Amino acid sequence: MAKYTAPLVSELVAKGENPEILFWVGCAGSFDERAKAITVAFVKILNHVGIKFAVLGHEESCTGDPAKRAGNEFLFQMMAMSNIQVLNGYQIKKIVTACPHCFNTIKNEYPALGGNYEVVHHAQLLQQLIDEGRIKIKEGGSFKGKKITYHDSCYLGRANQIYEAPRKVLEVLDAQLVEMKRCRSTGLCCGAGGAQMFKEPEKGKKDINVERTEEALQTGATIIAANCPFCMTMLSDGVKNKEKETEIKVYDLAELIALANEL
Amino acid sequence: MQVLAQVIFGVIFLIANYFMVKNILRIRKTILLGKDVSIEASSQRWKNVILIAFGQKKMFKKPLPALLHLFVYLGFLIVNLEMIEIIVDGFFGTHRVLFPLLGSLYSFCINTFEFFAAAVIVACLVFLIRRNLIKVPRFSGVEMTSKPIVDANLILVVEILLMVAFLSMNACDYLLQQAGHEHYTSVGRFFISSSLSPLFAGLSSEALVFIERFCWWFHIIGVLAFANYVFMESKHLHIFLAFVNTYFARTEPAGKLQSMESVTREVKLMLNIPVETTETTTEPGRFGAKEVNDLSWKNILDAFSCTECGRCTQQCPANLTGKKLSPRKIMMDTRRRAQDMMKGIESQGKEFSDGKSLLGDYISEGEIMACTTCNACVEACPVLINPVDIIVQLRQYKVMEESQAPASWNMMFSNVENNFAPWKFSPSDRFNWVQKLD
Ligand code: SF4
Ligand code: SF4
Repeated sequence: MAKYTAPLVSELVAKGENPEILFWVGCAGSFDERAKAITVAFVKILNHVGIKFAVLGHEESCTGDPAKRAGNEFLFQMMAMSNIQVLNGYQIKKIVTACPHCFNTIKNEYPALGGNYEVVHHAQLLQQLIDEGRIKIKEGGSFKGKKITYHDSCYLGRANQIYEAPRKVLEVLDAQLVEMKRCRSTGLCCGAGGAQMFKEPEKGKKDINVERTEEALQTGATIIAANCPFCMTMLSDGVKNKEKETEIKVYDLAELIALANEL
Repeated sequence: MQVLAQVIFGVIFLIANYFMVKNILRIRKTILLGKDVSIEASSQRWKNVILIAFGQKKMFKKPLPALLHLFVYLGFLIVNLEMIEIIVDGFFGTHRVLFPLLGSLYSFCINTFEFFAAAVIVACLVFLIRRNLIKVPRFSGVEMTSKPIVDANLILVVEILLMVAFLSMNACDYLLQQAGHEHYTSVGRFFISSSLSPLFAGLSSEALVFIERFCWWFHIIGVLAFANYVFMESKHLHIFLAFVNTYFARTEPAGKLQSMESVTREVKLMLNIPVETTETTTEPGRFGAKEVNDLSWKNILDAFSCTECGRCTQQCPANLTGKKLSPRKIMMDTRRRAQDMMKGIESQGKEFSDGKSLLGDYISEGEIMACTTCNACVEACPVLINPVDIIVQLRQYKVMEESQAPASWNMMFSNVENNFAPWKFSPSDRFNWVQKLD
């Protein structure tokens, strides 16, 4: 048997079982090359700690977030309602996702359309697993003493007021955490939200992701920690724009934890 | 002479109040041009009023302006208590009517008023310097045309003049008391005004009475005029609406956008989900907002509560990187359009049309399309205004009513609809990541 598995909800239910938690992968986590690595890292962690989780596989669709933020409420509700039908059909109670946009949409916008679930972002689940002692990092792990700066995503931070969980997750790495000038509630957007990811930026003097990357570089950190596949794209592009991709790496929280655990 | 003064005072006071009430009702009507939304009462709302409006919690993210603003705010509340005495004296021709009633407490009160009056002067001077000499960047921007700039400076200058009049009045009063002038009962010395009194020493008692009376009239007429001005065009309305607006502000997570019920019904019909009978009663109407009365009254209340402080725009990633969007402009334009519409309705009746609309003539497409919905503006606003809510409604109109989304968004929409993902990937590849597990 493979070392790591990602069981499908449909298979579990066919066996008469229910997952403890559903891992909502999201479109970026399913299709985007860079974000797929985050999905894989997170699934490895879930396997490692032995949580009974499952994924929807082909039954998952876009939550509708980009459509809604672009003003297409019709399309959003179409997507939302068909997702809710699937989720309710499997009697899903608890959902974890590595995408703050999916997190926000399912948690805050699905209830009005009949989808009520306990939704957590993977930063929160990771923090909980660390608190419970289910994730441990060996003394002097590979990130010991390295400078890491954490980028608050808008949809985890200001949108849902989650600032501490991701920082607590990073603390276990025994690295040196440095904050950017604009952090927590005043953190600067990466530029992708509000469906900007799917269009050219409006005319301006500068791209938002470059501005944010410059701020991250100013901290002297060698690792930028993200919690969102869209921030990941924007910041990685920013680092490339500054021609710093050999010195500076952008990692998701789950990747850092998986790497530190040699998963 | 005394009776004439009383009559003049009474007339001015009544006229000022008449216009004030009239303007307040007009603002109420303008706000109610917006669509109805029901807002549920909750204890969180009162908490917001106490912490954010009374406690000015959000202001303290910038400690220096917050402290100075606190002085002006407390000065406003406290010195206005003195107005009670002024009004009673004005109507009845008395002088310092509260002194016999309050006794030794009177001196404590007036000393406190004087302290805050002086603090207001200092704070307003610093504010004037910040705006006009240091030119703090957030006080400029395309929307900060001469009108809002004059408004802001005028308020500061008037506040200073009112406080100077108050202190000068007390200083002359003190000298007249010492000279044993019959009308000026001895109420003792107040620290600040008595320290200022040497400035007026050597003047004849007639001159002192004249200055004292002049300051008294200037103070009361100034306050009444100011109150009227506030209820007309000024951003200063926030001194009242901050409380109302923090009460009605959203208590849900900032990331949650409102659900459109009229759409829900149609989508349910399309997906063959049973529709509850009560839902059929909601009128479809227009999707999103083109005009100010497509917005909710809460959106317009937001616009009237805006202090034009620019904290939102200063944090806006789009604005910071040179895009046209400025959340403060969104709020100021919404207010301006609401006021223009009200004027139109007053002169031409309900069916008024000037061929203009909020979206297009006041707010441009380039502005609303630049928003990342990052909520930095919402987080920054000291009075809990939400510009994103307006921006999204304007986008909804562009996209759903006019089908005028940018081409790349249309592509994204069709991908979501057909491939169930915003990119052009085949749905059958969705689970391919699982191959990377080993
Ligand atoms: S939500 Fe939009 S308007 Fe507000 S700060 Fe962010 S980009 Fe600017
Ligand atoms: S919306 Fe709020 S932050 Fe922005 S200018 Fe108005 S009062 Fe200031």
